[in-house]
Amino acid sequence: MFTSLGRYILLLQLSFRKPEKFKVYWAEVMREMVSVGIGSLGIISIISLFIGAATTIQVAFQLSSPLVPRSIAGSIARDSTILEFSPTISSLVLSGRIGSSIASQIGTMRVTEQIDALEIMGVNAPGYLIAPKIIAGMTMVPLLVIVSITLGITGGWIACVLSGDVSPSDYIAGVQGDFNGLTVRVALVKAVVFGFIIASICAYQGFYTSGGALEVGQSATKGVVYSCVMILFADLVITRLML
Amino acid sequence: MIEVKDIYKTFGDNEVLKGISAKFHAGKNNLIIGGSGSGKTTLLKCIVGLHVPTKGDVFFDDQNFTEMDFTQRVPIRTEIGMLFQNSALFDSMTVEENIMFPLNLFTQQSRAEKLDRANFCLQRVNLEGKNKLYPSELSGGMKKRVGIARAISMQPKYLFVDEPNSGLDPKTSILIDELISELTQEYKITTVIVTHDMNSVMGIGDHIVFLHNGQKWWEGTNHEIAKTDNKELNEFVFASKFMQAAKDKL
Repeated sequence: MFTSLGRYILLLQLSFRKPEKFKVYWAEVMREMVSVGIGSLGIISIISLFIGAATTIQVAFQLSSPLVPRSIAGSIARDSTILEFSPTISSLVLSGRIGSSIASQIGTMRVTEQIDALEIMGVNAPGYLIAPKIIAGMTMVPLLVIVSITLGITGGWIACVLSGDVSPSDYIAGVQGDFNGLTVRVALVKAVVFGFIIASICAYQGFYTSGGALEVGQSATKGVVYSCVMILFADLVITRLML
Repeated sequence: MIEVKDIYKTFGDNEVLKGISAKFHAGKNNLIIGGSGSGKTTLLKCIVGLHVPTKGDVFFDDQNFTEMDFTQRVPIRTEIGMLFQNSALFDSMTVEENIMFPLNLFTQQSRAEKLDRANFCLQRVNLEGKNKLYPSELSGGMKKRVGIARAISMQPKYLFVDEPNSGLDPKTSILIDELISELTQEYKITTVIVTHDMNSVMGIGDHIVFLHNGQKWWEGTNHEIAKTDNKELNEFVFASKFMQAAKDKL
Protein backbone atom coordinates (compact mmCIF):
# COMPACT_ATOMS: atom_id res chain seq x y z
CA MET A 1 0.00 0.00 0.00
CA PHE A 2 2.81 2.42 0.92
CA THR A 3 4.62 1.56 -2.34
CA SER A 4 1.47 2.41 -4.31
CA LEU A 5 1.00 5.64 -2.37
CA GLY A 6 4.62 6.61 -3.04
CA ARG A 7 4.30 5.84 -6.75
CA TYR A 8 1.04 7.83 -6.87
CA ILE A 9 2.67 10.88 -5.28
CA LEU A 10 5.72 10.63 -7.57
CA LEU A 11 3.45 10.33 -10.61
CA LEU A 12 1.57 13.48 -9.55
CA GLN A 13 4.88 15.27 -9.09
CA LEU A 14 5.94 14.26 -12.63
CA SER A 15 2.55 15.29 -14.00
CA PHE A 16 3.02 18.89 -12.94
CA ARG A 17 6.51 19.39 -14.36
CA LYS A 18 7.03 22.38 -16.65
CA PRO A 19 5.46 21.50 -20.03
CA GLU A 20 7.63 21.22 -23.15
CA LYS A 21 5.30 23.60 -25.00
CA PHE A 22 2.47 25.33 -23.17
CA LYS A 23 0.33 25.77 -26.29
CA VAL A 24 0.18 22.02 -27.00
CA TYR A 25 -0.70 21.24 -23.38
CA TRP A 26 -3.35 23.98 -23.31
CA ALA A 27 -5.02 22.45 -26.37
CA GLU A 28 -5.03 19.11 -24.55
CA VAL A 29 -6.58 20.72 -21.43
CA MET A 30 -9.36 22.22 -23.57
CA ARG A 31 -10.00 18.87 -25.27
CA GLU A 32 -10.26 17.14 -21.89
CA MET A 33 -12.56 19.87 -20.53
CA VAL A 34 -14.96 19.32 -23.41
CA SER A 35 -14.79 15.55 -22.90
CA VAL A 36 -15.37 15.75 -19.13
CA GLY A 37 -17.79 18.69 -19.07
CA ILE A 38 -19.93 18.55 -22.18
CA GLY A 39 -19.63 14.77 -22.36
CA SER A 40 -21.07 14.32 -18.86
CA LEU A 41 -23.79 16.96 -19.05
CA GLY A 42 -26.50 14.55 -20.22
CA ILE A 43 -26.10 11.93 -17.50
CA ILE A 44 -25.68 14.57 -14.77
CA SER A 45 -28.85 16.36 -15.91
CA ILE A 46 -30.91 13.19 -15.87
CA ILE A 47 -29.77 11.94 -12.44
CA SER A 48 -30.06 15.40 -10.88
CA LEU A 49 -33.65 15.93 -12.03
CA PHE A 50 -34.74 12.52 -10.77
CA ILE A 51 -32.85 12.68 -7.47
CA GLY A 52 -34.21 16.18 -6.77
CA ALA A 53 -37.75 15.02 -7.51
CA ALA A 54 -37.46 11.84 -5.45
CA THR A 55 -35.88 13.68 -2.50
CA THR A 56 -38.68 16.24 -2.40
CA ILE A 57 -41.41 13.59 -2.52
CA GLN A 58 -39.72 11.58 0.26
CA VAL A 59 -39.23 14.63 2.49
CA ALA A 60 -42.87 15.63 1.98
CA PHE A 61 -43.96 12.09 2.87
CA GLN A 62 -41.92 12.08 6.10
CA LEU A 63 -43.02 15.56 7.21
CA SER A 64 -46.71 14.82 7.34
CA SER A 65 -47.28 16.48 10.75
CA PRO A 66 -49.60 19.53 10.67
CA LEU A 67 -47.19 21.22 13.14
CA VAL A 68 -44.40 21.34 10.54
CA PRO A 69 -44.79 23.95 7.78
CA ARG A 70 -44.93 22.37 4.30
CA SER A 71 -42.30 24.80 3.06
CA ILE A 72 -39.70 22.93 5.14
CA ALA A 73 -39.69 20.24 2.40
CA GLY A 74 -38.19 22.82 0.03
CA SER A 75 -35.41 23.83 2.41
CA ILE A 76 -34.50 20.21 3.29
CA ALA A 77 -34.49 19.22 -0.39
CA ARG A 78 -32.33 22.29 -1.19
CA ASP A 79 -29.77 21.65 1.55
CA SER A 80 -29.48 17.90 0.94
CA THR A 81 -29.16 18.52 -2.81
CA ILE A 82 -26.48 21.18 -2.34
CA LEU A 83 -24.53 19.45 0.42
CA GLU A 84 -24.72 15.80 -0.52
CA PHE A 85 -26.67 14.65 -3.53
CA SER A 86 -25.22 16.95 -6.17
CA PRO A 87 -21.52 16.84 -5.24
CA THR A 88 -21.31 13.26 -3.97
CA ILE A 89 -23.79 11.29 -6.06
CA SER A 90 -22.76 13.20 -9.20
CA SER A 91 -19.10 12.47 -8.50
CA LEU A 92 -19.77 8.78 -7.92
CA VAL A 93 -21.55 8.66 -11.27
CA LEU A 94 -18.77 10.70 -12.88
CA SER A 95 -16.12 8.33 -11.54
CA GLY A 96 -17.87 5.61 -13.53
CA ARG A 97 -18.21 7.71 -16.65
CA ILE A 98 -14.97 9.73 -16.71
CA GLY A 99 -12.80 7.57 -14.46
CA SER A 100 -13.19 4.35 -16.41
CA SER A 101 -12.57 6.25 -19.63
CA ILE A 102 -9.37 7.83 -18.26
CA ALA A 103 -8.01 4.54 -16.87
CA SER A 104 -8.79 2.54 -19.99
CA GLN A 105 -7.50 5.23 -22.36
CA ILE A 106 -4.15 5.58 -20.57
CA GLY A 107 -3.97 1.83 -19.93
CA THR A 108 -4.45 1.07 -23.62
CA MET A 109 -1.78 3.61 -24.49
CA ARG A 110 0.55 1.83 -22.06
CA VAL A 111 0.03 -1.69 -23.39
CA THR A 112 0.23 -0.56 -27.04
CA GLU A 113 3.56 1.23 -26.35
CA GLN A 114 2.12 4.67 -27.13
CA ILE A 115 3.41 5.93 -23.77
CA ASP A 116 6.86 4.50 -24.59
CA ALA A 117 6.68 6.37 -27.90
CA LEU A 118 5.97 9.63 -26.04
CA GLU A 119 8.87 9.07 -23.64
CA ILE A 120 11.31 8.27 -26.43
CA MET A 121 10.37 11.50 -28.18
CA GLY A 122 11.35 13.34 -25.00
CA VAL A 123 7.78 14.14 -23.95
CA ASN A 124 7.00 14.04 -20.23
CA ALA A 125 4.26 11.42 -20.61
CA PRO A 126 2.61 11.95 -17.18
CA GLY A 127 2.55 15.69 -17.81
CA TYR A 128 1.06 15.37 -21.27
CA LEU A 129 -1.46 12.65 -20.43
CA ILE A 130 -2.39 13.14 -16.78
CA ALA A 131 -2.10 16.86 -15.92
CA PRO A 132 -4.72 17.98 -18.51
CA LYS A 133 -7.16 15.36 -17.18
CA ILE A 134 -6.66 16.47 -13.57
CA ILE A 135 -7.08 20.14 -14.51
CA ALA A 136 -10.21 19.28 -16.50
CA GLY A 137 -11.58 17.23 -13.59
CA MET A 138 -10.94 19.98 -11.03
CA THR A 139 -12.56 22.68 -13.17
CA MET A 140 -15.41 20.83 -14.86
CA VAL A 141 -16.72 18.76 -11.94
CA PRO A 142 -17.58 21.94 -9.94
CA LEU A 143 -19.38 23.34 -12.98
CA LEU A 144 -21.26 20.08 -13.38
CA VAL A 145 -22.15 20.18 -9.69
CA ILE A 146 -23.59 23.71 -10.10
CA VAL A 147 -25.70 22.43 -13.00
CA SER A 148 -26.66 19.43 -10.90
CA ILE A 149 -27.77 21.62 -7.95
CA THR A 150 -29.87 23.80 -10.23
CA LEU A 151 -31.50 20.82 -11.92
CA GLY A 152 -31.94 18.94 -8.62
CA ILE A 153 -33.90 21.83 -7.12
CA THR A 154 -35.83 22.19 -10.39
CA GLY A 155 -36.60 18.46 -10.23
CA GLY A 156 -38.05 18.97 -6.75
CA TRP A 157 -40.28 21.77 -8.05
CA ILE A 158 -41.46 19.59 -10.97
CA ALA A 159 -42.29 16.83 -8.46
CA CYS A 160 -44.34 19.32 -6.42
CA VAL A 161 -46.23 20.47 -9.52
CA LEU A 162 -46.93 16.93 -10.71
CA SER A 163 -47.63 15.20 -7.38
CA GLY A 164 -49.22 17.96 -5.36
CA ASP A 165 -47.58 16.61 -2.13
CA VAL A 166 -46.29 20.11 -1.48
CA SER A 167 -47.59 23.17 -3.25
CA PRO A 168 -45.05 24.77 -5.64
CA SER A 169 -45.33 28.07 -3.77
CA ASP A 170 -44.53 26.37 -0.42
CA TYR A 171 -41.61 24.58 -2.08
CA ILE A 172 -40.21 27.84 -3.54
CA ALA A 173 -40.66 29.58 -0.20
CA GLY A 174 -38.72 26.75 1.47
CA VAL A 175 -35.94 26.85 -1.14
CA GLN A 176 -35.54 30.63 -0.72
CA GLY A 177 -35.86 30.81 3.07
CA ASP A 178 -32.91 30.70 5.50
CA PHE A 179 -30.39 30.12 2.75
CA ASN A 180 -26.82 29.73 4.03
CA GLY A 181 -24.09 30.43 1.44
CA LEU A 182 -21.69 28.11 3.29
CA THR A 183 -23.51 25.08 1.88
CA VAL A 184 -22.62 26.11 -1.67
CA ARG A 185 -18.99 26.69 -0.65
CA VAL A 186 -18.86 23.22 0.90
CA ALA A 187 -20.38 21.72 -2.26
CA LEU A 188 -17.81 23.45 -4.48
CA VAL A 189 -14.87 22.42 -2.27
CA LYS A 190 -16.14 18.85 -2.41
CA ALA A 191 -16.51 19.05 -6.19
CA VAL A 192 -12.93 20.30 -6.70
CA VAL A 193 -11.53 17.56 -4.43
CA PHE A 194 -13.69 14.85 -6.01
CA GLY A 195 -12.65 15.98 -9.50
CA PHE A 196 -9.01 15.63 -8.48
CA ILE A 197 -9.62 12.21 -6.91
CA ILE A 198 -11.43 10.81 -9.97
CA ALA A 199 -8.87 12.01 -12.53
CA SER A 200 -5.70 11.29 -10.55
CA ILE A 201 -6.58 7.83 -9.19
CA CYS A 202 -7.92 6.55 -12.49
CA ALA A 203 -4.96 8.01 -14.40
CA TYR A 204 -2.58 6.33 -11.93
CA GLN A 205 -4.29 2.97 -12.43
CA GLY A 206 -4.10 3.36 -16.21
CA PHE A 207 -0.51 4.58 -16.26
CA TYR A 208 0.83 1.54 -14.40
CA THR A 209 -1.12 -1.04 -16.39
CA SER A 210 0.96 -3.92 -17.65
CA GLY A 211 -0.15 -6.81 -19.81
CA GLY A 212 -2.99 -6.67 -22.29
CA ALA A 213 -6.70 -6.10 -22.76
CA LEU A 214 -7.63 -8.01 -19.61
CA GLU A 215 -5.37 -5.84 -17.44
CA VAL A 216 -6.71 -2.65 -19.04
CA GLY A 217 -10.21 -3.70 -17.96
CA GLN A 218 -8.95 -4.51 -14.47
CA SER A 219 -7.24 -1.10 -14.22
CA ALA A 220 -10.48 0.65 -15.19
CA THR A 221 -12.41 -1.32 -12.57
CA LYS A 222 -9.80 -0.64 -9.86
CA GLY A 223 -9.72 3.04 -10.79
CA VAL A 224 -13.50 3.40 -10.41
CA VAL A 225 -13.69 1.38 -7.17
CA TYR A 226 -10.76 3.18 -5.48
CA SER A 227 -11.95 6.60 -6.57
CA CYS A 228 -15.50 5.88 -5.28
CA VAL A 229 -14.11 4.83 -1.88
CA MET A 230 -11.86 7.89 -1.72
CA ILE A 231 -14.75 10.18 -2.71
CA LEU A 232 -16.84 8.87 0.20
CA PHE A 233 -13.90 9.21 2.60
CA ALA A 234 -13.12 12.76 1.41
CA ASP A 235 -16.85 13.59 1.66
CA LEU A 236 -16.82 12.70 5.34
CA VAL A 237 -13.58 14.62 6.04
CA ILE A 238 -14.69 17.79 4.22
CA THR A 239 -18.14 17.71 5.84
CA ARG A 240 -16.58 17.33 9.29
CA LEU A 241 -14.04 20.09 8.68
CA MET A 242 -16.34 22.65 7.10
CA LEU A 243 -19.68 22.22 8.86
CA MET B 1 27.80 6.39 -32.96
CA ILE B 2 26.17 4.55 -30.09
CA GLU B 3 28.23 2.51 -27.67
CA VAL B 4 26.97 0.17 -24.94
CA LYS B 5 29.48 -0.83 -22.29
CA ASP B 6 29.07 -3.85 -20.06
CA ILE B 7 25.26 -3.71 -19.81
CA TYR B 8 23.55 -5.87 -17.22
CA LYS B 9 19.81 -5.96 -16.67
CA THR B 10 18.02 -7.97 -14.03
CA PHE B 11 14.28 -8.36 -13.43
CA GLY B 12 13.87 -9.83 -9.94
CA ASP B 13 16.02 -12.97 -9.95
CA ASN B 14 16.08 -13.17 -13.73
CA GLU B 15 19.29 -11.80 -15.24
CA VAL B 16 18.29 -10.96 -18.81
CA LEU B 17 21.43 -9.14 -20.00
CA LYS B 18 24.85 -10.29 -18.84
CA GLY B 19 27.53 -7.74 -19.62
CA ILE B 20 26.89 -6.75 -23.22
CA SER B 21 29.26 -4.34 -24.94
CA ALA B 22 28.94 -3.23 -28.57
CA LYS B 23 29.36 -0.25 -30.89
CA PHE B 24 26.77 0.82 -33.44
CA HIS B 25 28.10 3.04 -36.24
CA ALA B 26 26.43 5.83 -38.23
CA GLY B 27 25.19 5.14 -41.76
CA LYS B 28 24.97 1.40 -41.10
CA ASN B 29 22.14 -1.01 -40.44
CA ASN B 30 23.13 -2.42 -37.05
CA LEU B 31 21.11 -5.55 -36.35
CA ILE B 32 20.59 -7.15 -32.96
CA ILE B 33 19.49 -10.73 -33.52
CA GLY B 34 18.83 -13.72 -31.32
CA GLY B 35 16.21 -16.23 -30.32
CA SER B 36 13.12 -15.46 -28.27
CA GLY B 37 14.09 -14.48 -24.72
CA SER B 38 17.71 -13.79 -25.65
CA GLY B 39 17.44 -10.16 -24.47
CA LYS B 40 17.23 -8.28 -27.79
CA THR B 41 14.30 -6.03 -26.91
CA THR B 42 15.56 -5.52 -23.35
CA LEU B 43 18.90 -4.33 -24.75
CA LEU B 44 17.10 -1.97 -27.14
CA LYS B 45 14.98 -0.59 -24.27
CA CYS B 46 18.12 -0.10 -22.16
CA ILE B 47 19.73 1.83 -25.01
CA VAL B 48 16.77 4.18 -25.54
CA GLY B 49 16.23 4.65 -21.80
CA LEU B 50 12.92 2.83 -21.37
CA HIS B 51 14.72 0.44 -19.01
CA VAL B 52 17.41 1.49 -16.56
CA PRO B 53 20.35 -0.93 -16.83
CA THR B 54 21.27 -2.66 -13.56
CA LYS B 55 24.90 -1.96 -14.45
CA GLY B 56 26.76 -0.50 -17.42
CA ASP B 57 26.56 2.60 -19.59
CA VAL B 58 25.12 3.75 -22.90
CA PHE B 59 26.89 6.46 -24.87
CA PHE B 60 25.40 8.56 -27.65
CA ASP B 61 28.39 10.14 -29.41
CA ASP B 62 30.46 10.02 -26.21
CA GLN B 63 27.67 11.46 -24.02
CA ASN B 64 26.80 9.10 -21.18
CA PHE B 65 23.02 8.72 -21.60
CA THR B 66 22.66 6.45 -18.56
CA GLU B 67 23.88 9.10 -16.13
CA MET B 68 21.58 11.85 -17.44
CA ASP B 69 18.29 12.84 -15.79
CA PHE B 70 15.03 13.36 -17.74
CA THR B 71 15.73 17.02 -18.59
CA GLN B 72 19.33 16.37 -19.67
CA ARG B 73 18.14 13.58 -21.96
CA VAL B 74 15.63 15.73 -23.87
CA PRO B 75 18.12 17.12 -26.45
CA ILE B 76 19.28 13.58 -27.26
CA ARG B 77 15.74 12.25 -27.28
CA THR B 78 14.75 14.79 -29.93
CA GLU B 79 17.46 13.24 -32.12
CA ILE B 80 16.01 9.75 -31.64
CA GLY B 81 13.38 8.18 -33.87
CA MET B 82 11.85 4.85 -33.03
CA LEU B 83 9.64 2.41 -34.89
CA PHE B 84 7.83 0.07 -32.51
CA GLN B 85 6.84 -3.52 -33.15
CA ASN B 86 3.14 -2.56 -33.28
CA SER B 87 3.91 0.91 -34.67
CA ALA B 88 2.57 2.63 -31.50
CA LEU B 89 0.76 5.32 -33.49
CA PHE B 90 -1.45 7.62 -31.42
CA ASP B 91 -4.99 6.28 -32.00
CA SER B 92 -6.71 9.59 -31.39
CA MET B 93 -4.66 11.41 -34.05
CA THR B 94 -4.70 11.26 -37.83
CA VAL B 95 -1.64 10.16 -39.79
CA GLU B 96 -0.69 13.80 -40.35
CA GLU B 97 -1.14 14.71 -36.67
CA ASN B 98 0.98 11.71 -35.64
CA ILE B 99 3.83 12.88 -37.84
CA MET B 100 3.48 16.52 -36.78
CA PHE B 101 3.28 15.69 -33.07
CA PRO B 102 7.03 15.88 -32.29
CA LEU B 103 7.33 18.95 -34.52
CA ASN B 104 4.53 20.66 -32.55
CA LEU B 105 6.31 20.03 -29.26
CA PHE B 106 9.95 20.58 -30.09
CA THR B 107 10.16 23.04 -32.98
CA GLN B 108 9.09 26.62 -33.55
CA GLN B 109 8.02 25.92 -37.15
CA SER B 110 4.85 27.46 -38.57
CA ARG B 111 1.88 25.19 -39.32
CA ALA B 112 2.66 25.40 -43.06
CA GLU B 113 6.26 24.31 -42.48
CA LYS B 114 5.15 21.42 -40.29
CA LEU B 115 2.61 20.35 -42.91
CA ASP B 116 5.32 20.49 -45.58
CA ARG B 117 7.55 18.29 -43.45
CA ALA B 118 4.71 15.83 -42.77
CA ASN B 119 3.93 15.63 -46.49
CA PHE B 120 7.60 15.12 -47.31
CA CYS B 121 7.87 12.29 -44.76
CA LEU B 122 4.70 10.68 -46.11
CA GLN B 123 6.02 10.96 -49.64
CA ARG B 124 9.30 9.38 -48.49
CA VAL B 125 7.41 6.30 -47.26
CA ASN B 126 5.10 6.21 -50.32
CA LEU B 127 1.96 7.22 -48.45
CA GLU B 128 1.08 10.51 -50.15
CA GLY B 129 -2.50 11.60 -49.63
CA LYS B 130 -3.11 9.45 -46.55
CA ASN B 131 -2.84 12.49 -44.23
CA LYS B 132 -6.36 12.43 -42.86
CA LEU B 133 -6.69 8.72 -42.15
CA TYR B 134 -6.70 7.38 -38.60
CA PRO B 135 -4.42 4.48 -37.56
CA SER B 136 -7.46 2.18 -37.33
CA GLU B 137 -8.01 2.72 -41.06
CA LEU B 138 -4.51 1.56 -42.04
CA SER B 139 -3.11 -1.89 -42.84
CA GLY B 140 -0.18 -3.31 -40.83
CA GLY B 141 2.36 -2.36 -43.50
CA MET B 142 0.93 1.17 -43.79
CA LYS B 143 1.09 1.59 -40.01
CA LYS B 144 4.77 0.61 -40.08
CA ARG B 145 5.42 3.16 -42.82
CA VAL B 146 3.57 5.89 -40.90
CA GLY B 147 5.66 4.86 -37.86
CA ILE B 148 8.81 5.36 -39.96
CA ALA B 149 7.50 8.71 -41.24
CA ARG B 150 6.92 9.86 -37.64
CA ALA B 151 10.34 8.56 -36.61
CA ILE B 152 12.12 10.55 -39.33
CA SER B 153 10.02 13.73 -38.98
CA MET B 154 12.56 15.32 -36.63
CA GLN B 155 15.48 14.29 -38.89
CA PRO B 156 16.90 11.90 -36.30
CA LYS B 157 20.55 11.03 -35.84
CA TYR B 158 19.61 7.71 -34.28
CA LEU B 159 16.87 5.36 -35.46
CA PHE B 160 15.71 2.38 -33.42
CA VAL B 161 13.52 -0.28 -34.93
CA ASP B 162 11.89 -3.10 -32.98
CA GLU B 163 10.89 -6.13 -35.08
CA PRO B 164 10.05 -4.20 -38.26
CA ASN B 165 8.80 -7.28 -40.11
CA SER B 166 6.54 -8.84 -37.51
CA GLY B 167 3.07 -9.48 -38.87
CA LEU B 168 3.96 -8.42 -42.42
CA ASP B 169 3.93 -10.44 -45.62
CA PRO B 170 7.36 -11.17 -47.18
CA LYS B 171 6.99 -8.55 -49.93
CA THR B 172 6.02 -5.77 -47.52
CA SER B 173 8.80 -6.89 -45.14
CA ILE B 174 11.37 -6.40 -47.88
CA LEU B 175 9.92 -2.98 -48.74
CA ILE B 176 10.17 -1.90 -45.09
CA ASP B 177 13.74 -3.22 -44.84
CA GLU B 178 14.75 -1.42 -48.02
CA LEU B 179 13.12 1.80 -46.83
CA ILE B 180 14.95 1.70 -43.49
CA SER B 181 18.23 0.90 -45.23
CA GLU B 182 17.79 3.74 -47.76
CA LEU B 183 17.02 6.26 -45.02
CA THR B 184 19.99 5.07 -42.95
CA GLN B 185 22.42 5.59 -45.81
CA GLU B 186 20.80 8.76 -47.16
CA TYR B 187 20.80 10.65 -43.85
CA LYS B 188 23.80 8.85 -42.25
CA ILE B 189 21.62 7.71 -39.36
CA THR B 190 22.85 5.30 -36.69
CA THR B 191 20.19 2.63 -37.07
CA VAL B 192 19.73 -0.20 -34.60
CA ILE B 193 17.27 -2.89 -35.64
CA VAL B 194 16.06 -5.72 -33.43
CA THR B 195 14.92 -8.61 -35.56
CA HIS B 196 14.82 -12.36 -35.95
CA ASP B 197 13.85 -12.18 -39.60
CA MET B 198 16.51 -13.94 -41.66
CA ASN B 199 15.67 -12.01 -44.84
CA SER B 200 16.52 -8.80 -42.97
CA VAL B 201 19.70 -10.33 -41.58
CA MET B 202 20.97 -11.45 -44.96
CA GLY B 203 19.57 -8.47 -46.87
CA ILE B 204 20.52 -5.39 -44.86
CA GLY B 205 22.76 -6.60 -42.00
CA ASP B 206 25.80 -4.32 -42.32
CA HIS B 207 26.70 -5.05 -38.70
CA ILE B 208 25.13 -7.87 -36.73
CA VAL B 209 25.24 -8.56 -33.00
CA PHE B 210 23.98 -12.03 -32.08
CA LEU B 211 22.70 -12.46 -28.51
CA HIS B 212 22.39 -15.80 -26.81
CA ASN B 213 21.23 -16.25 -23.21
CA GLY B 214 21.70 -12.54 -22.54
CA GLN B 215 25.29 -12.45 -23.76
CA LYS B 216 26.92 -11.20 -26.92
CA TRP B 217 27.72 -14.45 -28.66
CA TRP B 218 28.92 -13.27 -32.06
CA GLU B 219 29.47 -10.02 -34.01
CA GLY B 220 30.07 -9.53 -37.72
CA THR B 221 28.46 -8.74 -41.09
CA ASN B 222 25.90 -10.58 -43.22
CA HIS B 223 28.75 -11.76 -45.47
CA GLU B 224 30.58 -13.30 -42.55
CA ILE B 225 27.53 -14.99 -41.08
CA ALA B 226 27.44 -17.77 -43.71
CA LYS B 227 31.04 -18.69 -43.02
CA THR B 228 30.96 -18.69 -39.26
CA ASP B 229 31.52 -21.89 -37.32
CA ASN B 230 29.72 -20.51 -34.24
CA LYS B 231 27.41 -23.40 -33.30
CA GLU B 232 24.59 -21.38 -31.67
CA LEU B 233 24.56 -18.79 -34.46
CA ASN B 234 24.45 -21.52 -37.13
CA GLU B 235 21.58 -23.21 -35.32
CA PHE B 236 19.71 -19.91 -35.12
CA VAL B 237 20.29 -18.60 -38.65
CA PHE B 238 20.14 -21.87 -40.54
CA ALA B 239 17.35 -23.47 -38.53
CA SER B 240 15.08 -23.85 -41.56
CA LYS B 241 15.74 -26.32 -44.40
CA PHE B 242 15.49 -23.45 -46.87
CA MET B 243 18.26 -21.47 -45.18
CA GLN B 244 20.37 -24.63 -44.85
CA ALA B 245 20.00 -25.30 -48.56
CA ALA B 246 20.90 -21.67 -49.32
CA LYS B 247 24.01 -22.03 -47.17
CA ASP B 248 25.03 -25.25 -48.89
CA LYS B 249 24.83 -23.48 -52.27
CA LEU B 250 27.17 -20.70 -51.10
